[in-house]
Amino acid sequence: MIPPLEQVREMLSAGAAKSSLLVEREEAVAVAQFLKTDPQLQLDFCSCVTAVDYIKQDCIEVVYHLYSVALKHGPVALKVRAPRALEQCRMPSLTPVWRGCEYQEREAFDLYGVKFDGHPDLRRILMWDEFVDHPMRKDYVPPMDYEWEPTPHAETLARAKQTGGTVPASALEAKK
Amino acid sequence: MSATGIIQTQTLEVSLGPQHPITHGVFRMDVVLDGEYVVKLKPVMGYLHRNHEQLAEKMTWLGSMPYTDRLDYFCSMTNNWAYALAVEKMTGLKVPERAEYIRVIMAELTRLLNHSCAIGFLLSDCGAWFTPVLYALREREWILDFFETVSGARMMCNYMRFGGVRVDLDDASLAMARNIVARWPAFLDEFEKLMTENEVLLARTQRVGILSRNLAINASVSGPVARASGVEYDIRKVDKYGVYDRFDFGVPVGEAGDTFDRYMIRILEMREAVKILEQALRDIPAGPFIAPEAKLRNFKVPAGDGYGRIEAPKGELGFYLVSEGGAKPYRYHVRPPSFINLTILEDMCLGQKVADTVIILGSVDIVLGEVDR
Amino acid sequence: MAVDPNLKSELQKQGIFVMPVEFLYNWSRKSSLWPIQFGLACCAIEMIAAAAARHDMARFGAEVFRASPRQADLMIVSGTVTKKMAPQVVRLYNQMPEPKYVIAMGACAISGGPFKDGYNVLKGVDRYIPVDIHIPGCPPRPEALLHALMTLQEKISKQHLNEVSWYDKNAPSEFPVPQYGAHDLEPPANPKVWEPPKK
Repeated sequence: MIPPLEQVREMLSAGAAKSSLLVEREEAVAVAQFLKTDPQLQLDFCSCVTAVDYIKQDCIEVVYHLYSVALKHGPVALKVRAPRALEQCRMPSLTPVWRGCEYQEREAFDLYGVKFDGHPDLRRILMWDEFVDHPMRKDYVPPMDYEWEPTPHAETLARAKQTGGTVPASALEAKK
Repeated sequence: MSATGIIQTQTLEVSLGPQHPITHGVFRMDVVLDGEYVVKLKPVMGYLHRNHEQLAEKMTWLGSMPYTDRLDYFCSMTNNWAYALAVEKMTGLKVPERAEYIRVIMAELTRLLNHSCAIGFLLSDCGAWFTPVLYALREREWILDFFETVSGARMMCNYMRFGGVRVDLDDASLAMARNIVARWPAFLDEFEKLMTENEVLLARTQRVGILSRNLAINASVSGPVARASGVEYDIRKVDKYGVYDRFDFGVPVGEAGDTFDRYMIRILEMREAVKILEQALRDIPAGPFIAPEAKLRNFKVPAGDGYGRIEAPKGELGFYLVSEGGAKPYRYHVRPPSFINLTILEDMCLGQKVADTVIILGSVDIVLGEVDR
Repeated sequence: MAVDPNLKSELQKQGIFVMPVEFLYNWSRKSSLWPIQFGLACCAIEMIAAAAARHDMARFGAEVFRASPRQADLMIVSGTVTKKMAPQVVRLYNQMPEPKYVIAMGACAISGGPFKDGYNVLKGVDRYIPVDIHIPGCPPRPEALLHALMTLQEKISKQHLNEVSWYDKNAPSEFPVPQYGAHDLEPPANPKVWEPPKK
């Protein structure tokens, strides 16, 4: 459902985007087109695309921050959610609307596993092509290639002990 | 297949990088050539992906500040400011006036440093070997001396804090800064005399790598690259963050969107930055350099999300932060200008010669620490 | 074999210099080390600053940064080596002709540095190639790089022709290139070059 114009205009006049638009996956492209072409909004500049993994709510949310170069206002935050399970984690791509989303959606695919339907070239961008995991997810376990360091983070210390590295007594003392 | 259809030719696929003198770091371009002309170009990045965003989720809010230095490793001060701005937006911390002036001075000096080196490297890509870089680095050393006196480190300054800056500027440092600003116009005049009317530079950069205004806006291109294509958008004027609305400075905008415009925009922006610096160094008030209520131990940010951005020398640098109310970020995302400015690299290079690809990449001015994070 | 100093000075007055071949061999190599133009990350900027006017690496004969590994004999690994870049680093090392040296510049090249806790970061370039000099720092100052260069020159001047690895038939000059695996590089380290510290 296209959001009422008044609501969006209120968001713009409030200054910093304390509120955001949460849209259903099926309507994302229509809403995006509206936001871009409406003469009073003209949100033609998609500044930032971020994927966030809400593991407790079992969804991955992609946030688009939009600004307007023509009318010099913004930001408007557009949020789209998808379930976390890899087979169902898909949403329509907004690259046909704003070309600037191209690389950022590829990054969301690479690091979170979100598939964007309609993206011109959806493949990994930061990790190598043979990599299978999605490393920024909250339940990703990195490979065991660690030895030790004097002040590791708690879970890293536990893993380091498993790989058989030496942990100096002073580091264990500091943890207590 | 050749266009004439008389001679059977083949296209040649060349991998420019990741180790290549011109790629400004570990960046790779898979270029498909028909003779000398580029038919297809795919950038490949990730060779410096150091998972900064994942590390930030394990560290406290302030603990990520030194890592922001290493994003765009030429310009550590502006990276720090963007992160501090995003957190201050979420917590509502007010920054005292003196700290705002100090931040502006640091950011504009960083802009001078970055643009002079960017032009130096662009000219070495054009074939001027290393000489312009030597002139630029000579001036950069003075600014690095100033940064070292103030913050303790040449490049990775780790200087901004939430609510202000880490240490105050004393009179000796201010005198140093005034000295740098006084010398800079003479350096720029020398630089321009050697280069701007140089026929080799003009022949190689005019009408090369044209980026149209509409494509620049649609592809979220920001910074000098966008302004060279006619997009009148400078975040310092639009968002008016910090105390930028007190300074009288212009925003140069180009017309043709070619490589020469991107070169010229940077020279003009350096002159505007000198204007801002003169005004800031003249008007800097006395006062606290950090907000008194900013307690940096056990710093917690209220739950919610926020996006803060600044006009970094390379474009719009933004931070999107999600907090659950704790001492560590739930999500920390960097919006890097260099990464997004590369979206249109292929569009600018199609139909150009492979030697021009090198210059076009140099004029986009990327830094791999930012592209890959 | 020692030459009588009086005889040496007499000969010098006649324009005849007596020295071991080793001395001449080492002196000519250490005074014209050609680094490969190979900057990875932030340390590369300090490397460029070391080659610029104020710190001037040209005094040591090392300002000629070669673009091609075939023409270089020193690899300054300046910056974080990621797992995606690691095969390329090893290939470049293999392509360098012997005698070759590696300086690991910066904390990231030594051990992964501040990014050690990373899924894509190689915890030190010495997992795949042998390193001669390590420079700590993040980034090390250009003066530190010049000090490392001088230390390398001292190391070279102490090398004996009958013990060097490139004249040894059994010492490898090329190291196996790691492949991209599904979760990590395969192998995660070269066991002949690096072993994790024991319990």
